[in-house]
Amino acid sequence: MTDASVPQNVAPPPAEVPEVELYHAHSWITKYVFSQDAKVIAIQYAGTAIAVGILALVLSWVIRLQLAFPGAIPFIDANVYYQSVTMHGMIMVVYMLTAIFLGGFGNYLIPLMVGARDMVFPYVNMLSYWVYLIATLVLVSSYFFPGGPTGAGWTLYPPQSILTGTPGHEYGIILMLVSLILFIVGFTMGGLNYVVTVLQARTRGMTLMRMPLTVWGIFAAAVMALLAFPGLFVACLMLLLDRTLGTSFFMPSLVELGERKDYVGGSPILFQHLFWFFGHPEVYIVALPAFGVVSDLISVHARKNIFGYRMMVWAIVAIGVLSMVVWGHHMYISGMDPWFGFFFAVTTLAIAVPTALKVYNWVLTLWHADIHFTTPMLFALGFLVTFVNGGITGLYLGNVIVDVPLSATLFVVAHFHMVMGIAPVLVIFGAIYHWFPKITGRMMDERLGKIHFWITFLGAYAIFFPMHYLGVLGMPRRFYEMGETAFVPASAATLNIVITVIALAVGFAQSIFFYNLFKSLKHGAPAGGNPWRAASLEWQTPETPPGHGNWGKQLPVVYRWPYAYSVPGAPEDYLPQNAPPVRGERSP
Amino acid sequence: MTAEPVTTEHVTTETTLQSSLHGMVADWSSDQRSFKSASWGKAMMWIFLVSDTFVFSCFLISYMTVRMSTTVEWPHPSEIFALEIGGKKIPLILIAIMTFDLITSSGTMAMAVNFAYARERRKAAILMLVTAFFGAAFVGMQAFEWTKLIHEGVRPWGNPFGAAQFGSSFFMITGFHGFHVSIGVIFLLLIARAVWRGDYDVGRRGFFTSRKGRYEIVEIMGLYWHFVDLVWVFIFAFFYLW
Repeated sequence: MTDASVPQNVAPPPAEVPEVELYHAHSWITKYVFSQDAKVIAIQYAGTAIAVGILALVLSWVIRLQLAFPGAIPFIDANVYYQSVTMHGMIMVVYMLTAIFLGGFGNYLIPLMVGARDMVFPYVNMLSYWVYLIATLVLVSSYFFPGGPTGAGWTLYPPQSILTGTPGHEYGIILMLVSLILFIVGFTMGGLNYVVTVLQARTRGMTLMRMPLTVWGIFAAAVMALLAFPGLFVACLMLLLDRTLGTSFFMPSLVELGERKDYVGGSPILFQHLFWFFGHPEVYIVALPAFGVVSDLISVHARKNIFGYRMMVWAIVAIGVLSMVVWGHHMYISGMDPWFGFFFAVTTLAIAVPTALKVYNWVLTLWHADIHFTTPMLFALGFLVTFVNGGITGLYLGNVIVDVPLSATLFVVAHFHMVMGIAPVLVIFGAIYHWFPKITGRMMDERLGKIHFWITFLGAYAIFFPMHYLGVLGMPRRFYEMGETAFVPASAATLNIVITVIALAVGFAQSIFFYNLFKSLKHGAPAGGNPWRAASLEWQTPETPPGHGNWGKQLPVVYRWPYAYSVPGAPEDYLPQNAPPVRGERSP
Repeated sequence: MTAEPVTTEHVTTETTLQSSLHGMVADWSSDQRSFKSASWGKAMMWIFLVSDTFVFSCFLISYMTVRMSTTVEWPHPSEIFALEIGGKKIPLILIAIMTFDLITSSGTMAMAVNFAYARERRKAAILMLVTAFFGAAFVGMQAFEWTKLIHEGVRPWGNPFGAAQFGSSFFMITGFHGFHVSIGVIFLLLIARAVWRGDYDVGRRGFFTSRKGRYEIVEIMGLYWHFVDLVWVFIFAFFYLW
């Protein structure tokens, strides 16, 4: 489609900058191992994240087995339990979810969706992955050091995280902190790429308000990560100095095992502030890409434009801004001036407004739509349910007086697993089923996909919904053994056994997904370029899977937004973003 | 009588403001690029610097917090950071020289950027070498100061003058800043070499990246260098003057 066929008044302005030269790999190693192609880097990122995620999944079984059958399994002692809790949390939040959404989907989808040939700095992008891999290896290597990994809990609160009572205080905590610092360095290199690619490397006609919401979500998350990770970086560095050099940034004077430590006058609360200044935005660094992806899945598979696109974009921006000023709600019981508690409660609850707006818009997109219950759509709908559920319990916990009794119980565990565990993971599965045809050129098996969905969705619900009840009963989180807790009725133990059995089953059921993934890689039905008849740019590449440089000889030119579904008068029920305008079309 | 020119000026300012606001809205609603005058590299450096600002802010805020939360008295900066010259203790003399040195290097850096764009390769390269020299001198003086303090018994975990957090924060923050300066010096030398040889005229490819560079890299380097300078001003103010 040349510009000549398009009326002058709708043709986008000419290219502002000449195309940059692409790096051409000339050996197998530079093409697939030390690759500078964002698509290969994306697969590497996602593969590493999933591998380390499986480790974290296995660790969650250790936690569940101990909670259901305390002391019955010989190798699970208190140290192993705490180490499992810590590693499960840290791996899932940072090394799995953050890495797969930004490093995996960000790398694959941003250049394709905005019409770029690659990320703006492919070399830096490659370094980003390798630093991330080293960070992951450093973390996992702590299993092979004396004392094992740290058991400080994923929040790593000092003073306990570096005192001798905590498992892994010899090497585990040091490796954890070094690994996090490396992760942040690696992420910064990638994050700069994602942000600059979105801002400066869009194709002709691709305005910010014509970007798919997936790109908006990943973009906002990358910006937030660049501003929030510094808090963690500084906290990790200072805690590392406290542990190795004996400085007292976070360590107050204290007596341990009858012995007075050399620490003097530090502030443990400072660590909590720094940690949660990262930790809360982190929730939305994971959630915003999920919001974006789910918007696209719903729109494509319901054959309808997303309801209130502009509102959706501004809601993402508003959530991003607000989430930078709510970190104190993790510290209500750390001791806080009531006015600060008031401030953080207000900002926390204010986030419910843009979030609810997004949920309404998803529901209104589905309203009277031509819904196709494909596997990606099922996962998107599953996300809606779990996210609303987890979001509502967030309103409980955002209030200071409700939070005080509920905090440090399983209610909190249920809440954050619903909202930032299950919900984003469902989106990741949906996204893999959705984009697998573009990445490999083959479809995944729909029947196995649906079986996988129902087991995962219902199973995850069966695991985490009863947990709210256990939390309201007062069952504490992070306890190795309950001990003498008379206020918890005996039925709670039965419920814990039920949850554990389901958790083991759901965990093993994920093998259906991996079987499907690997089988479809070789034997899946050929997908063609655009099996879902989607309008956004990544489905319009000349080759599938997209070749080096994505777009062949000429970059695409964009004439409309990515949600042109069921357009009246159009030849098909969708109009690709780069199809020339039809007569009389008035498109955003 | 005097009111008229003022009104004119006022109107002009308002129109400029308005037109620049419109310009910004137009840029951000357009396709391809949101910052119309910035290349990819320049945009990346600016965004990195915003992120790095957050790192240094976290460091400085943490320093202020531990300084307030410790119960032991904070050592007096004008006595700790005094040098004995000719039998007299002169407070903050070394730090004054270091600050002057670093701000001078910002000046030579700005001149290097100018000459690089004018394609006066030799002048640009020499000015970058001068900048690198000032940077290295800064790190050298910092090493001298560290040595002096260590000789006086200041350690990251404690010191004879007061709160233990003094040594911890001092070594950590000046060390982290000195690390930034050192990285800057290394890149200044590398880029000065490339400019001197005329790499950006003949399109010679980078050793690691195998890509051609452009003279703009001098300006991007300059952005980083000025930032490191600016951060020093804050460290100077909060650490040595407070």
